[in-house]
Amino acid sequence: MSATWIIAKRELNANFDSLTAYIVLVLFLGFTGYFTWFGGSDIFFRKQADLAVFFAVAKWTLFFFIPAITMRQFAEERRTGTIELLLTKNVSERQVVLGKFLASFLIVAIALAFTIPFYISVSVLGKVDHGAILMGYLGLLLLSAAYISIGLFASSLTANQIVAFLLALFIGIFFHFLFDVMAAGTTGWLANVLQMLSVSAHFDSIARGVVDSKDLIFFFSVVVLGLLLAEYNLIKKR
Amino acid sequence: MDINIQGISKSYGFQKAVDNISFEVKTGEIVGFLGPNGAGKTTTMKMITGYLDMDGGDILIGGKSVRSDETKKYIGYLPEHNPLYHEMPVLEYLEFAAAIQGVPKNAIPEKVRKMVKVCGLDVEKHKTIGELSKGYRQRVGLAQALIHDPEILILDEPTTGLDPNQIIEIRELIKDIGKQKTVILSTHILPEVEATCDRILIINKGRIVADGTADSLRTQAQGKQILKIRIEGKIEPSKALESIKTLDTVEEAMILDPESLKFEVHSKADTTANRSIFEWCVDNKLVLAEMIPFETKLEDIFHNLTMN
Repeated sequence: MSATWIIAKRELNANFDSLTAYIVLVLFLGFTGYFTWFGGSDIFFRKQADLAVFFAVAKWTLFFFIPAITMRQFAEERRTGTIELLLTKNVSERQVVLGKFLASFLIVAIALAFTIPFYISVSVLGKVDHGAILMGYLGLLLLSAAYISIGLFASSLTANQIVAFLLALFIGIFFHFLFDVMAAGTTGWLANVLQMLSVSAHFDSIARGVVDSKDLIFFFSVVVLGLLLAEYNLIKKR
Repeated sequence: MDINIQGISKSYGFQKAVDNISFEVKTGEIVGFLGPNGAGKTTTMKMITGYLDMDGGDILIGGKSVRSDETKKYIGYLPEHNPLYHEMPVLEYLEFAAAIQGVPKNAIPEKVRKMVKVCGLDVEKHKTIGELSKGYRQRVGLAQALIHDPEILILDEPTTGLDPNQIIEIRELIKDIGKQKTVILSTHILPEVEATCDRILIINKGRIVADGTADSLRTQAQGKQILKIRIEGKIEPSKALESIKTLDTVEEAMILDPESLKFEVHSKADTTANRSIFEWCVDNKLVLAEMIPFETKLEDIFHNLTMN
């Protein structure tokens, strides 16, 4: 068994043992379920057999919930000192970071898997564009990977979970919509650059069913950069 | 596997925590690291484990630098405050510790069983670590350090929080393990070093101030042998004192108690006065009732070395 997977497994167990994973799952399904099926502009109101509402709500729910999953990952280990024990074991900093990334990603993937009944229900109700829904899920997974990476970086900076949570939200909010807003307020090359940095813009473009290599490269870059910075913070041992 | 420490230094800001320390530890040696709080013991140990970076110098473990990360698998480490995942059950944690140290999957149950037995965790093995008393947590800490059968053991205050019986057990355990392995342990408890360690390193303000066995440190500290003797027989205390002072090997003598004829005798440097005192008693038809070599306490050596 590789060290990355051993760490991921321990992290998953810790999340389920401490109930955080269950709380996140229940809240995520509650929020997305309510707005998709019962909230004012739900599927029945729109009379369209698609999951556009679900994807829009999930995008925001994940934005808030992912920092809650990632905040403890390094901060808690730093606070209790277990990080010292972990890093003096026969593992590299990279394996530790990847293990924690994998664990968080699996929790999100489990949450999304529980929404597959939404997809099945909609496809019973009407004729759905299977491709668009598949792309929507792909978009959510990529967006989650990016926010997990940002959250892990934030958690690697501090020994305080709340600070890690707020920092992840603070960084995330730029990618989530501030870059969009700023792009709308400017023109020329700056607007282009800001637009290019917007997670929402890339997510929306994938969710429309068009996968551009630019979108994939963007998400990939954010993930790699966040994880490398987290790794750097672990290596930088004062 | 030997540890070779070559002139390591470490500063925190302006404060030098470790200042150009060099020493070597051979396989089968148990080295006790002694020093006041903040002397640099923990910092040195953290550098050996590779957790802290050094500012200068190098540490070689079996010829490989700890900077390479390749040495981690040979080390079992119990950090100062024994940090553990409190939400994990003991057995699950030990399995994790074994797996992450690269113990093959099919060998893990056996290793865990062995550690539970060796560290006396059988009664508590199904509890989560957070539910355990401090002494049992310390045992779990020791178990996780030992689980992959490491060549080198670094134990930072291994007996804190244990009751006297547990302390004896853990000491015996360390002694036993130390026969084939290289052990460095730090402690504040002086009798502990004497009981467990082959060699003592006293460190103060980031420098090594003494290095040797407990006995060699003693002779170093006092310079010459001191005997306390009590004799029985008919002799004036002052006459006896004069007579003792004339012996070849005696440098100085004094009366401790004239009633019971107790004396303190300082031997000349590099000699012992035992034999000549015995012969003097025989020649004067006296009975040598007591002869006790006076030992400088390790506490005093420690105090002298670290207070200046």
